[in-house]
Amino acid sequence: MYRILEKEQLNASVFRMVIEAPSVARKAEAGQFIILRTDENGERIPLTVADYDRERGSVTIVFSAVGATTIRLSSMSQGESLQDFVGPLGTPTETEGLSRVCIVSGGVGAAIAYPVAKKLASMGCCVHSVVGFRSRELVVLEKEFEAVSDRFLPCSDDGTWGEKALVTNVLQGLLEAGEKYDRVITIGPLPMMKYVSLVTKRFSVPTVASMNPIMIDGTGMCGGCRLTVGGVTKFACVDGPEFDAHLVDFDEAIARSSTYREFEGHAREQACNLFLGEGNV
Amino acid sequence: MKKTRQPMPEQEAQVRRHNFDEVALGYTPEMAVLEAERCLQCKNPLCVAGCPVGIDIPGFIQKVKLGEFEEAFRIIDAQSSLPAVCGRVCPQESQCEGKCICGVKGEPIAIGRLERFVADTHYAQSTEKIVPPTPNGHKVAVIGSGPAGLTCAGELARRGYEVTVFEALHKAGGVLVYGIPEFRLPKRIVEREIEQLRALGVKIEVNTVIGKTYSVEELMKEMGFEAVFIGTGAGLPRFLEIEGENLKGVYSANEFLTRINLMKAYREDSSTPVLHARRVAVVGGGNVAMDAARSALRLGAEKVYIVYRRSLEELPARREEVEHAVQEGVELMLLNNPVKVLGDDKGFVKALRCVRMELGEPDASGRRAPKEIPDSEFDLECDSVIIAIGTSPNPLMKNTTKGLEVNRRGGIVVAEQTGKTSLEGVYAGGDAVMGAATVILAMGAGKNAAASIDRFLS
Ligand SMILES: Cc1cc2nc3c(=O)[nH]c(=O)nc-3n(C[C@H](O)[C@H](O)[C@H](O)COP(=O)(O)OP(=O)(O)OC[C@H]3O[C@@H](n4cnc5c(N)ncnc54)[C@H](O)[C@@H]3O)c2cc1C
Ligand code: FES
Repeated sequence: MYRILEKEQLNASVFRMVIEAPSVARKAEAGQFIILRTDENGERIPLTVADYDRERGSVTIVFSAVGATTIRLSSMSQGESLQDFVGPLGTPTETEGLSRVCIVSGGVGAAIAYPVAKKLASMGCCVHSVVGFRSRELVVLEKEFEAVSDRFLPCSDDGTWGEKALVTNVLQGLLEAGEKYDRVITIGPLPMMKYVSLVTKRFSVPTVASMNPIMIDGTGMCGGCRLTVGGVTKFACVDGPEFDAHLVDFDEAIARSSTYREFEGHAREQACNLFLGEGNV
Repeated sequence: MKKTRQPMPEQEAQVRRHNFDEVALGYTPEMAVLEAERCLQCKNPLCVAGCPVGIDIPGFIQKVKLGEFEEAFRIIDAQSSLPAVCGRVCPQESQCEGKCICGVKGEPIAIGRLERFVADTHYAQSTEKIVPPTPNGHKVAVIGSGPAGLTCAGELARRGYEVTVFEALHKAGGVLVYGIPEFRLPKRIVEREIEQLRALGVKIEVNTVIGKTYSVEELMKEMGFEAVFIGTGAGLPRFLEIEGENLKGVYSANEFLTRINLMKAYREDSSTPVLHARRVAVVGGGNVAMDAARSALRLGAEKVYIVYRRSLEELPARREEVEHAVQEGVELMLLNNPVKVLGDDKGFVKALRCVRMELGEPDASGRRAPKEIPDSEFDLECDSVIIAIGTSPNPLMKNTTKGLEVNRRGGIVVAEQTGKTSLEGVYAGGDAVMGAATVILAMGAGKNAAASIDRFLS
């Protein structure tokens, strides 16, 4: 079984867990993901590998408790075990040959972008990080991110943290000021990645987006995770999760991500009542 | 002699279309004996020639006739390791029963039903304790836990090999657990097979994707496995490549069936969602299409259509499944080809545009190819479309295993006699080699490869 070795709450809804999973930790790389189930009747959900420790045999995940399964997961404590944990799945972030990269992330995506920034920095790559949150109380991993960035550009919707701006405005400012990047890497909500992609397209900066569609198996068996990339159907779980953002059909991806909205609303309510007590979320 | 076979007791169609319980209830001993008495005990039994694994069919039927059910089981068990499964899902009409001489003037002997009866009776009564054999000191890895992998593992374990089965999903059984629905193959039957393997000493490591978690090379060079069997199936779903295929409500049959069978989305206590559509169009005509259509009915759909571009004669599904589906209310829309999926303003499916087809002159292979009737397009109103037009071997193994040869269709290339691949010590079989085929062929390939591995290592 996959024991929860550490659990930490990063803000009101974002959690970090270190899971004992030696066979996954052996090979995991930044950009890959795992699929887990909390219990026997649980659904399979994909989460990006946020960190790993090969010696300790552990994998770190960071998630926002917004759906039924993540709420259930957030209610589990250190020492308890997950039912299933499989990976590492998908292909690692391509980092070879990069010397100047801008990482644009938002919300819980920032926690997932951090290991990529760390890896690039350790390779001697110049890293600019544009990080956005709705508001100061939602900020996670600020110090960590700052430590691996040559330029750290925080921003928030309400101006309580860093600049009062959207990540796309900040990115646009950088590009207009003449900053040159080999690549922009964007990780966050679909609409954010869509607009980041529109901005970088105008400046012709190669851009990679980390896609997180609905998945089941994660091995290419169901096609539920399919996206259109450059007019061709791709399976995010095996062909991705990272794709050339300029080719991704974001509108289709946004539509598909809401397939089970009705079911999710109901399940979330039940999970809140069960695991958090009423009115806690 | 009676021309007709003993009918199979079944749940009534109007009842069963609302539940996921098994449809066919199985013969009683009396029925089995009566049916066995119809067998002519041919000197030159054609049925045996029609069986992909060569079961001594007249032999076991003779034992059933005498009421010696356990002896009947021994005869089947000599050739087949999954009789309770095969008795339920084999396409008997194109194999053993298709060859049965009684079928010329009347109905063929119900060989599949008898096989099922014998297996179920054995398992219900058997108190046999499995004793793991003395280990022979050799380690073999089996990749994939479908019928090919399970059979190979069982055969090797019985010979004393230390076998580990690696399975990508959280549950072992392959298509038998994620694809074929409960109402056709109760999962307890598959679970029992797996329990038996465990009792034989086979280790089953779920949640392990070979090519990702470990590579074939690591299995052999670092983890001490002297031989590997690849039974990874043909899981990669094909799509129609028509407009609108990524609308909400369009599923591959694999996704739809996995949500239902593996994830139990039809049950209240499951956290996995599945759309409960009102009108469902299933594209395709094989067993997979029938399973998807009948599952959609059971989720509460009012209308379920099978959209198939050829005619009834070409419909590749088992006859029994087609009959069951029609009895339950599935409508066959034959000679229709989908051209576009139409969506509403929220991005959900609202109709499937089809064009009518007719069968042309027979081509070189004798098959009459369907061709479009000009200006015959129409919109079939539906809120879900399930695509069941076939699957191919998953490229994951090929992409992560250097030197593993595959053919044009993605099937792993093996020597027919031995199941050996282009890599030393690596064998393969089942759908991973043939593309989507049948349980019995996968089982046969697993058994054959086990014998080759045994020769290779001893
Ligand atoms: C819905 C449906 C209905 C069917 N109905 C019938 C029927 O009525 N009669 C009949 O005879 N046949 C039927 N078939 C076909 C039959 O089920 C298959 O031919 C048979 O299961 C093939 O067996 P297999 O062992 O080769 O592969 P599978 O059963 O496909 O098993 C392969 C297993 O390998 C696992 N795997 C794949 N890649 C990896 C990896 N890299 N690492 C670890 N594990 C991996 C998969 O998760 C899977 O569990 C049906 C198929 C489907 C989908
Ligand atoms: S999650 Fe099933 S194919 Fe990607």
